[in-house]
Amino acid sequence: MARLLPCRHTTGRGLQPALSEFKGIVIGFVRVLCLWGWMGLVGRVLAGEITVKGSDTLVVLAQRWAETYMAGHPGTRIQVTGGGTGTGFAALQNQTTDICTASRRLKARELETCIRTFRKRPAEHAVAMDGLSVYVNPSNPIRELSLEDLREVFTGRITNWKDLGGPDAPITLYSRESSSGTYEFFKERVLSGRDFAPTMQTLQGTAQVIQAVGQDRLGIGYGGAAYGSGAKTLGIARTRGGMAVEPNEKTVHSGEYPVSRYLYCYVNPSTDRPEIANFLGWIRGPEGQSLVRDVGYYPLPVRRD
Amino acid sequence: MGLRRGHRARPGEWIIEKLIQAVGLSTIGLMVLILVFVGREALPVLMGRINTALVQPILPSKEIDSIPRDDLRSYLELSRSQFEGMDREMLMAMMEAREEGFRDIPESFRADPDSTVNTADWRQLLLPRQWTGYTRPEFVWQPVGTIHKYNLVPLLVGSLKVTLVGLLFAVPLSLGAALYVSQLAPVRVREWVKPTIELLAGIPSVVLGVFCLLVLSGLLQSLFGYQFRLNALVAGIGLGLTAVPLIFTIAEDSFTGVPRGYVQASLALGASPWQAAWQVVLPSAMPGVVAAMILGFGRCLGETMVVLMASGNASMLSWSLFDSTRSMTATIAAEMAEAVSGGGHYRMLFLLGTLLFAISFVTHLIGGRIVRRLRRRLGGVA
Repeated sequence: MARLLPCRHTTGRGLQPALSEFKGIVIGFVRVLCLWGWMGLVGRVLAGEITVKGSDTLVVLAQRWAETYMAGHPGTRIQVTGGGTGTGFAALQNQTTDICTASRRLKARELETCIRTFRKRPAEHAVAMDGLSVYVNPSNPIRELSLEDLREVFTGRITNWKDLGGPDAPITLYSRESSSGTYEFFKERVLSGRDFAPTMQTLQGTAQVIQAVGQDRLGIGYGGAAYGSGAKTLGIARTRGGMAVEPNEKTVHSGEYPVSRYLYCYVNPSTDRPEIANFLGWIRGPEGQSLVRDVGYYPLPVRRD
Repeated sequence: MGLRRGHRARPGEWIIEKLIQAVGLSTIGLMVLILVFVGREALPVLMGRINTALVQPILPSKEIDSIPRDDLRSYLELSRSQFEGMDREMLMAMMEAREEGFRDIPESFRADPDSTVNTADWRQLLLPRQWTGYTRPEFVWQPVGTIHKYNLVPLLVGSLKVTLVGLLFAVPLSLGAALYVSQLAPVRVREWVKPTIELLAGIPSVVLGVFCLLVLSGLLQSLFGYQFRLNALVAGIGLGLTAVPLIFTIAEDSFTGVPRGYVQASLALGASPWQAAWQVVLPSAMPGVVAAMILGFGRCLGETMVVLMASGNASMLSWSLFDSTRSMTATIAAEMAEAVSGGGHYRMLFLLGTLLFAISFVTHLIGGRIVRRLRRRLGGVA
């Protein structure tokens, strides 16, 4: 590295202009910092800014909600970021976000931290439904599996496709990263809390899982319903020999499709503002729910009570 | 003395000198701060103060008034000042949350012998255990789920495996290139090759990761025909690519630093340029070469993005190059976002960070010794 810099023999006088230049840079830097901080402060104080942070599963949907809502309500600005459900909860706890989107429910431990910081339970709102899909390569002859088969496959007890009625070839497992709510939900609901096989590869995001399954003739993976194209979605039966059900709005609402879940928004009750309540009400109303369908998730079932 | 007086006459220089000094010392301060921060989070695990057993004793919230206050405070894991700031209602809410957590444990797990095991205990971290549902004792890293399993061995092996592949790929390549460029290549070729290799350092590791994920993985799979498309070999080659410019630059510098007289003397004694390069320049530049390899090791061990994207991230314990593998850095990157801060998983990830630091520290220590010994021997003192 030293050889990259030409060695100059500078005299003391030559350094004087350099020094004043250095001072100028420092002062300029401090000024920019001040301005930046000030702008941020004003931005937060000016009414109508809502920050949304949390689940990666929900980030696309939350962005669509925000865009459409802002178009109809010019006074409100909504900022959406992802990062994972846990990140969202952490942000909710240090009060750096107003709404936390979540693909799972708050854990007891997180609930305790929330109570410790805002003295109350955070408010929970279900905002959409999701049917978890299981994907295989389009060339795979298998069309449906039972929950029990899935459990055996993902815990590593069945390792060959021929045991499921397919070709004689090993099964390659793909999964979401363990940080995703989807991973946890699948582990809880399909594997009944047992461990995934150690040979299972974990990828970043459902899009990658689908891309991998699309490329791998022997692959099987799972993910949110919204990304279900590029690989073949399997029908799932509750029991071996039972009727296999494809995930769609009807089967998810009726509970026939066995792996479906709610997606949530959590709000800190002590910073609840009318803008936030309005936004959440709009999300749960007809306009917000129609966007849910556009993105590929399932709207909340209409209450008949 | 004259020099000194000149010094005083130039306050600008004095200020700059002090500024540079402050910047230099602040790096040490930063290092210490990082270590303290990372180590502090991992300390409770090392001291055995964390209990991550699934089933833990529950104090019923109905009896809140009859529980001694100190017991209640330690049960809810609150500091004294936090406890003072809470009213009865909040304490009640926290106790209820605890009870709800207990109720959420599936029936089948309550009777499971695994559920009372402290999974953050050093035995569970380092030794295999036959968990319920397994046919033999195994090393399991599955930090998310009903029972959190934190065995570090698969990750350690995974990290070392990809690092070794990376070095096996990068060291011969970059040393060969450095020797060629500094000793054998005509000037014109040197002027092209050197900047090109150094330009490799400018490629972000994300881009290399994508390259491995989309291009290299498919190519190697069709070549070797193994089952896992993303594996230690693909990730290792990606790592190697990130380390090549680093090793090359340092090695090339130390080859060029060998006095011209050595080469000229050996040529005069009838050696061919190749013999001079291989038998004279390489041995006398050995300290620099070793230093380059150690830095390359550190680079490979610490690299995150390439491994995260190209290794498949399966936490299986295997030394096979064609198996998918999970490294410590990728684990931290992938799981930190979801770890409940202050919880067992969170502390375990910090422990991984501390371990990474310890490994590279020891490597540098050993490397430094080797370099010093080589220097001494070359200096003819030994």
